[in-house]
Amino acid sequence: MAIDQTRPNQSRPDAMPTDPAAGAGVKSDAQRERERRKSFLYQRGPAIAVSVGLVALWWGVVVVFGIPTYIAPTPADVFAVFVEQGDVLWINFWPTLLEAISGFIIGNLVAVILAIWFVHSQLAERSFYPIAVFINTIPIIAIAPILVLLLGNGYAPKIVIAALICFFPTLVNMVRGLKAVSPQMLELMRVLSANDREVLLKVRLQSSLPFLFAALKIASTTSVIGAIVGEWIGSNYGLGSLIIEATYNFRSPLLYATVILGAGMAVMAFGLTTFAERRLLTWKPSDVF
Amino acid sequence: MAAARSRSGSAAATAISARDVAVRFETEAGQVTALEDVSFDVEAGSIVTMLGPSGCGKSTLLRAIADLVEISEGGIQVFGRRPEDARRARDFAFVFQDSTLLPWRSAIENVRLPLEVGQAGVTVEQHAEPEELLALVGLQGRENALPHELSGGMRQRVAIARALVCRPRVLLMDEPFGALDEINRDNLNEELRRIWEETGITIMFVTHSIPEAAYLGQKVLVLSAHPGRVREFVEIDLPIDRKLAVRDTVEFIKITARLRKLLEPV
Repeated sequence: MAIDQTRPNQSRPDAMPTDPAAGAGVKSDAQRERERRKSFLYQRGPAIAVSVGLVALWWGVVVVFGIPTYIAPTPADVFAVFVEQGDVLWINFWPTLLEAISGFIIGNLVAVILAIWFVHSQLAERSFYPIAVFINTIPIIAIAPILVLLLGNGYAPKIVIAALICFFPTLVNMVRGLKAVSPQMLELMRVLSANDREVLLKVRLQSSLPFLFAALKIASTTSVIGAIVGEWIGSNYGLGSLIIEATYNFRSPLLYATVILGAGMAVMAFGLTTFAERRLLTWKPSDVF
Repeated sequence: MAAARSRSGSAAATAISARDVAVRFETEAGQVTALEDVSFDVEAGSIVTMLGPSGCGKSTLLRAIADLVEISEGGIQVFGRRPEDARRARDFAFVFQDSTLLPWRSAIENVRLPLEVGQAGVTVEQHAEPEELLALVGLQGRENALPHELSGGMRQRVAIARALVCRPRVLLMDEPFGALDEINRDNLNEELRRIWEETGITIMFVTHSIPEAAYLGQKVLVLSAHPGRVREFVEIDLPIDRKLAVRDTVEFIKITARLRKLLEPV
């Protein structure tokens, strides 16, 4: 058994060079393997295969069991809606997108500003944090009618609902992120006689970015949910109102198409947030402090 | 860098003086005395190491000099100023055990940090060139590396360069090499002696390593614990331009044996 060990660097006979040029060949094998692992198909292939499989399963079940279209349409029915009623979908897509984006910006901006205030004032944190927790515990669907009564039938209540749904995760994460600075780092800033504003700008804000983006990724999808839920109540435009209308009229293919469009909007928002995170967080948050 | 001054002879100024310093903390279990009756003087341009058993308050003492801990009794002066005034005047810089680099800033940007905060406007005229400082600590060519791309020893070198950027008169170091492996630590010990000789800065260095204390220090301030008091201020009789190999000489071993004895409980 020990005899094999006499030439340890040849322990892989299959990788042995057989001619002078093969040394490079072995190396490119490893390179090819690495490239294969980086390739789109290797990364995304399994998920795509599963998705295609699920759509096929859906189609098969609907056809095999003869389910009527108004209860569950086939993928083909839904696709037909995108082709034939594309204009209806798009007209309702833009208001929802506008509400989701406005809510996302306003909700997160207020959360970040409040978090900065909380970190600098214990009194503010003790006064307002419990209220923020309380507001967060009220189901958003229960607040929606109240906001419609208060703010009318336009964009305002939808934007406020989208903002509210984004607000809390960002507030919690941002407070944690701003406080996630090592005591030694703060001592260094004290030795340098830095004031609160300098500590905030030079240290706290950047070190909170990983926490902020964790919250923004949640908010990017929930802001779409907020906008759609807002449109459920007394609205005659937007994907939310289209969902209600399609449901009541048993226009199931339209309902499915609307849901897919809403999901697409959320996925797009998530993707953009992740993209922004990758561009901004080039340093390794794992060994922060 | 600052001109090297003569180290031998004539009455040097006092860089740090402590008189009857006591530090007490209020804890849930009652009052704890971390330091009591501590008095010593550190000569300008010298390098003093502080050695003591854990819990003897050596870090607390260094932090008191740096105005990070409030003293309960007595007085501390850094070049004749109270710690708070010395801090505002950037008379001293502090190097922590952790390199405390900002991970999103490159090495050179981390070195520039002290110029951007505090009374940066005041010190900006007399600051050292960050590029030169990185060269001084042996990091030329790595100016744009992010901290996570540097080893632990290199990060600590950046921290030292950052500490020197405002040309402080005193460098306070709290176990700066404590988290490094022995090889790195030896290298940095030698480098620190070289930097000290080139800059003529006063260094106060806390460690719990006896060889490190003896090799680096011209004098070793030995503290005893519970409460922290000065046990002895030991003069280290080794050549000024000592190399690491000095640690293998009989004289060095005699010194460390003496220091070890001083650390034994009374």
